[in-house]
Amino acid sequence: MQGDETMKAGRYGVYGGQYVPETLMSALIELEETYGRVREDPEFSRRLDWYLHEYAGRETPLTYCENLSRDLGCRVYLKREDLLHGGAHKLNNTLGQALMAKFMGKRRLIAETGAGQHGVATAIAGAALGLPVEVYMGEVDTRRQALNVFRMELLGARVSPVASGSRTLKDAINAAMRDWVANLRDTHYLLGSCVGPHPFPRIVRDFQSVIGEEARRQVLEREGRLPDTVVACVGGGSNAIGIFYPFTNDDVALVGVEAGGEGLDTPRHGASLCGGSVGVFQGALSYLLQDDDGQALETHSIAAGLDHPSVGPEHAMLKDSGRVRYETVTDAEALAAFRHLSRTEGIIPALESAHAVAYALREAGNLDRDGILIINLSGRGDKDVADVAKLPRGAA
Amino acid sequence: MSRITGLFALENPAFIGFTVAGDPGIEASLRVAKTMIDAGLDLLEIAVPYSDPVADGPVIERAHARALRAGTTPDDVFALVREVRDYAPALPIVLFTYYNIVYRRGPGRFFAEAAAAGADGVLIVDLPSEESSEVTPYAARHGIDRIALIAPTTSPERQNAILREASGFVYLISLEGVTGERDRLPSGIAGLVGAVREKTDLPLAVGFGISRPEHVGAVAAAGANGVIVGSALVRIIEEHPGDEAGMLESLRTAIGAMRSGLAADPGHDISRRERVEG
Repeated sequence: MQGDETMKAGRYGVYGGQYVPETLMSALIELEETYGRVREDPEFSRRLDWYLHEYAGRETPLTYCENLSRDLGCRVYLKREDLLHGGAHKLNNTLGQALMAKFMGKRRLIAETGAGQHGVATAIAGAALGLPVEVYMGEVDTRRQALNVFRMELLGARVSPVASGSRTLKDAINAAMRDWVANLRDTHYLLGSCVGPHPFPRIVRDFQSVIGEEARRQVLEREGRLPDTVVACVGGGSNAIGIFYPFTNDDVALVGVEAGGEGLDTPRHGASLCGGSVGVFQGALSYLLQDDDGQALETHSIAAGLDHPSVGPEHAMLKDSGRVRYETVTDAEALAAFRHLSRTEGIIPALESAHAVAYALREAGNLDRDGILIINLSGRGDKDVADVAKLPRGAA
Repeated sequence: MSRITGLFALENPAFIGFTVAGDPGIEASLRVAKTMIDAGLDLLEIAVPYSDPVADGPVIERAHARALRAGTTPDDVFALVREVRDYAPALPIVLFTYYNIVYRRGPGRFFAEAAAAGADGVLIVDLPSEESSEVTPYAARHGIDRIALIAPTTSPERQNAILREASGFVYLISLEGVTGERDRLPSGIAGLVGAVREKTDLPLAVGFGISRPEHVGAVAAAGANGVIVGSALVRIIEEHPGDEAGMLESLRTAIGAMRSGLAADPGHDISRRERVEG
């Protein structure tokens, strides 16, 4: 299933590309060459497998949810990325890229983070592999996610608050790119989602595809057949592309759920595929929330990991081709799902993942009793508990 | 002969200044441009403000933000170019932009409007040669030079590919990093200028990190045909909120001082022709 970047290297249909300042091109070319090499290197695969299995806890369970299945009237499975070390799917990518950085001879990792999950996952990988880590985080987010700042520092990373722009994730990415431009020779930029210039979307997708490969094998073992539907939340889109990719050639409905925020009829959402238009942002051509002049818009979601104006270019292609259907779920629906899954299954989902659960709650009636639905539970919700507790009662 | 070609046919290195359109306000921006021209600029780079200027350091990023807060749109930028063109008919003007502004408008429309407003060149900072076929035909159709960038990290093979498409002049990035003032000039400038000089007859202008009269002189002495100063001028705007008269006076003084760096350096009169032939 490789080699689907058909038009030219680094393109997904018309999307993707390398829209970066000239200074970065040499680093992207080096990254592409190294990545091509390590993919073929059995020593790299052996070591990555060791870290994924022995350190991070793969494979993660595909949990059949009896109570939720009864509620929804079909057979519901959760792919339990919440049980991965660190509490989210992010570590699949950070372990892969950190190991690659070691193979490249880089001596330092930098990363951006919004809610702090990717920053924590990078700090974990850096600690495990002995690489110093600097994480850029919008100043607003450092305040909203003070506990994750502490976790990153506890793990030995340096957290650099970013005070420019909206002081959130997109500004953290800008700051990390600026650091990278100035320190290319010894630094690897460990991008956290399937966004940015080629080859990042490809690298992140490949490292996250372990989710879908396992889920596909597990459901075949359990049910003797493929699922009818796979659902995942989409911010930048890395957990979604990770679970979707191994199913793309199967007769399986794939649904990506974007942040509807306060509604697509308001400016307060994060749904770049459902509510945006095509544009170039942070190195790639994709869908983007932008104004008529091409300026990126400020976005909103109750889930910080979905609060971003753009999305990975492969999702843009999958939207246009119709292979994946993209839907939105509002803040209120996500909160209701957050509470519902906690009560019915004893599993507190990340607010991001709760968007996928909310879609299932809303739409599962369309599946028949024997229908099989897999929801990618991309992360656990401990990080969100304090924020949800602060909401007025009855908000969900 | 185009204005850009005409400028670099002169023997002395060109002094190139940079400003973000709409900084600190849409109308004040025109007065900034006129002041810079009166103070002795040889070429003006006008940046289109953008929400996510990743190639720029904090000083210029804040200028983009000020211009956007003032409500500056690409229409305002083209209007500014027209007014600058009327004010200084012979001055070469280069538009400096991020690609999404061009993409959103459509490259055909963007280059047509740039040409109609009187711009001589367009520099798209995040459109490397791999992606530039999207705009090349429009630049040619409207007689606009596509100013290309070469960085210290650009490999010799990429230099060749970039130079095959470049016109007007070549913008050499002096250092590995974003725009912004530095205390000391990066050491590799002369080497980069010399390496690219062997491959092209196009004029070479050096930018990024050049902020003092002695930097200007040293870059000229390294054999550059032009010296680009950005953040050091943009900072003056930032440091004079609500004091336009003081700001314009400081700009005049700073440009005068930096131009004198060009004149005071014994290397400044080594023209490109002499270096190539000698």
